[in-house]
Amino acid sequence: MRYWACAASCIELFMTETSRTGRFKIRTSALRAYTMLVALIVIWLFFQWATIDQHHPYGLFLGATNFSKLLQQMAVTGVLAVGMLMVIVCGNIDLSIGAVVGLAGGVAALTQGRGLVPALLSAIIIGLIIGALQGTLVAYANIPAFIVTLGGLEAWRGVILKLTKGATIPVELPFFRSLGRDFIDPRIGFGLAGAAIAAIIWINIRRSRARLRHGLAAMSTGALAARILIPSVVIVAFIFLMNKAGGVPIPVIFLLAVAIAGAFLTANTTFGRYLYAIGGNRDAARLSGINIKRYILAAFCVMGALAGLASILHTARVGSASPDAGTLMELDAIASCVIGGTSLMGGRGTVFGAVLGALILASLDNGMSLLNVENWAQYVVKGGVLVAAVGFDMFGRRKT
Amino acid sequence: MDLGLWTLDMTTPLLEMKSITKTFPGVKALDGVSFDLNLGEIHALVGENGAGKSTLMKVLAGVYPHPEYGGEILIEGAERRFANIREAEQAGISVIYQELSLVKELSVAENVFLGREPRRFGVINWEQLYGRVQKLLADLHLEIDLRTPVGYLGIGQQQLVEIAKALSQEPRILVLDEPTAALTDTEVETLFGILNKLRARGVAMIYISHKLEEVFTISDRLTVLRDGRTVGTDATSSLDEPRVIARMVGREVGQIFPEATHEHGEVVFEARNITVEDPGVPGKLLVERVGFTARKGEVLGIAGLMGSGRSELLMAIFGAHPGRKSAEILVGGKPVQINHPYDAIKHGIGFVTEDRKRYGLILEQTILKNMTLAGLRRLSGRFFTNEDAEAAAGQRASRDLRIKSTSVFTIAGTLSGGNQQKVVLAKWLLTSPRVLFLDEPTRGIDVGAKQEIYAQINKLAETGLAIVLVSSELPEVLGLSDRIIVLHEGRVTGEFTRKDATPEAVMSCATGHARQAA
Repeated sequence: MRYWACAASCIELFMTETSRTGRFKIRTSALRAYTMLVALIVIWLFFQWATIDQHHPYGLFLGATNFSKLLQQMAVTGVLAVGMLMVIVCGNIDLSIGAVVGLAGGVAALTQGRGLVPALLSAIIIGLIIGALQGTLVAYANIPAFIVTLGGLEAWRGVILKLTKGATIPVELPFFRSLGRDFIDPRIGFGLAGAAIAAIIWINIRRSRARLRHGLAAMSTGALAARILIPSVVIVAFIFLMNKAGGVPIPVIFLLAVAIAGAFLTANTTFGRYLYAIGGNRDAARLSGINIKRYILAAFCVMGALAGLASILHTARVGSASPDAGTLMELDAIASCVIGGTSLMGGRGTVFGAVLGALILASLDNGMSLLNVENWAQYVVKGGVLVAAVGFDMFGRRKT
Repeated sequence: MDLGLWTLDMTTPLLEMKSITKTFPGVKALDGVSFDLNLGEIHALVGENGAGKSTLMKVLAGVYPHPEYGGEILIEGAERRFANIREAEQAGISVIYQELSLVKELSVAENVFLGREPRRFGVINWEQLYGRVQKLLADLHLEIDLRTPVGYLGIGQQQLVEIAKALSQEPRILVLDEPTAALTDTEVETLFGILNKLRARGVAMIYISHKLEEVFTISDRLTVLRDGRTVGTDATSSLDEPRVIARMVGREVGQIFPEATHEHGEVVFEARNITVEDPGVPGKLLVERVGFTARKGEVLGIAGLMGSGRSELLMAIFGAHPGRKSAEILVGGKPVQINHPYDAIKHGIGFVTEDRKRYGLILEQTILKNMTLAGLRRLSGRFFTNEDAEAAAGQRASRDLRIKSTSVFTIAGTLSGGNQQKVVLAKWLLTSPRVLFLDEPTRGIDVGAKQEIYAQINKLAETGLAIVLVSSELPEVLGLSDRIIVLHEGRVTGEFTRKDATPEAVMSCATGHARQAA
């Protein structure tokens, strides 16, 4: 039962990074995420040890079934954290997304009668429209994001009550439900793993050719092999683990897709670069010719659309849309970002860190529930972890 | 001084600063400065920007506490070592800085006693507070309502409130750093009336100003600082403006400036009728109908003292001024509309802004990301970035400008000032500009790095770039420019070619005298 080791290294998929000089080395900016990774492993080991009993001689926590459940639990928060990261990195905040998740989920449930596709699309479009509206108020009307989205938090919740008349609407379409509860066929899982490994090989070979073309130092064969082998092994191990519990859960597939797209968007596009520049030094970004308003608006739009997607996953998993769905989800998303090393002042943070933060929070939730920790204590522990993570970071930074 | 007690007589100055030195990383800001101040005297402190005046006053006020500077400070003959600002205040030293330190939302009275409110059992005694402020303002003949939030007052009146605040501490030594920068002529008269009264009461004052006329009106003695050293202290009545200017600038120009051999081509940039309004004070013009041209391969210098509108002029042309402005701009002979920095960049204008930490760099990002920020779309890709293409361009720029760092992936904030400045320069060169604005390109960097930047400026001019250089360091403007225009209070007061630009003539225009016929 050494699944935890496989699962831990699975995370490295996101974070292995060769320095541009060609050697294999940890990026200093990702250091905070690495300390959090160590914290995650400690948390996992603790719960694994604490859940040992006569039926589970090696512990219950990291078994295939429970681990699969844990990942399903974090999918919604993880998707929201990716969007929140972009909003925070450019120096803003979105407090309204819990209400947006509730509203978009409610609209999806109400439009089921028109078919699956209209229902799902309307959830995402509602999220996008709200994001665009709030983003416009922040970027072009210069109203602080905190205020705009605090207003949104109240207002959208009110709209839900009006639309649903306060009633809980069950999800009728079986395929809609399955989005939150089902697993992909194990064979498809292996197929996806094969495709991912092929993509990793292709990207790395292309990259090493490009380096030569630009006259940069060539990557060593060892580094190239490590860059291909480590993620590949992690992917295969992950798929094996998930297939033991029936296959990769569909929400987890969505989360992985969003995380990979988000990581790419923040790290490999001008859009991402400009977000960090705006959050890092607004004046310098403006003087460098960046259209600050447009990019802040775009970040809010991405956040809104992801809230729409998250609402689909959440509604499908719960099996119904209730008027108070999504309450406090914005705070979980913000906490995930912060635990993963995002600065609320903007300019600093990674998608990997945000997803890692969501995983830590979900692990605490899941583990404490397994141990039958009382509800009140669960809240206290999660709050303590959030403050401790940031405090630890501040302490570490003061020394350097 | 064993006989300390015995020497405490009328001839001991109130304040003595002896061989004060203060070093910043890479720069010696003060190098053995001595300065003294008598009871009931106004002692003027003048010098170019960067001469060390403000640093000297910060040493006096405890901003740089004791072991951070060298030399000694004596008050009434006894050495004092201030550990912080509060200790200096308790010793009777009060400083009015150039930047106002008032809280705009609080009333005049609240500001005057901020942090020192008269209290009884922790509760503020408002009657006493208002009473004391009223008396203070009446004493100064200031007609300002006590309860008005300071933000509603004009800048000039705010300055007077700042002075009232300083006086409420009943200082023995009052330092005024450019107190008239924002004042109208009548307000200056009011201020001088107050200063004369204080002098009669025995308050000793240090008066820092660029405006020599004022210095001659108000001061008893005058000390000139240059490059962190005292050039001389004399009774003001024994001096005149030309002599003071000569002391301010009297330094070997040359040596550190490379020999210029620029071939001037056609005019690539022209600005006409640039007028810029103060964003905070409607109607106040920071720049008024200024125009200039820049030719291919030419370095145009814009000289002027602090507050002359130099930076605002460039910011407005670049589309980055927050307030109202009007401008006609021609690039390559064609009129262009610039409303945002991206318009300016699109038309081939680059701008190495002043204050690299605030306007130039994202300190927590790598050198490379800083370098490629302005030209990202061109260097990397419209939407997808290409890190390898960026790295290749960045490493080339780093090599060309000789940026000292382990790699282009070093965090920009960890570099020395000179190298940071080179990163900002690289950022703009990577946009392939036709015109390059440089605003204070060597502020706060050491001599070696300065020299390298100067060499770079000349090299760029030789390759056909048009360069517009703004600097408050006169030797820099004189040493690098083929042509110089001088600004004073937002207007052009003189234009010189390299040949006829003497330090005295330029400084005279910069202090407000129109250029006399040669």
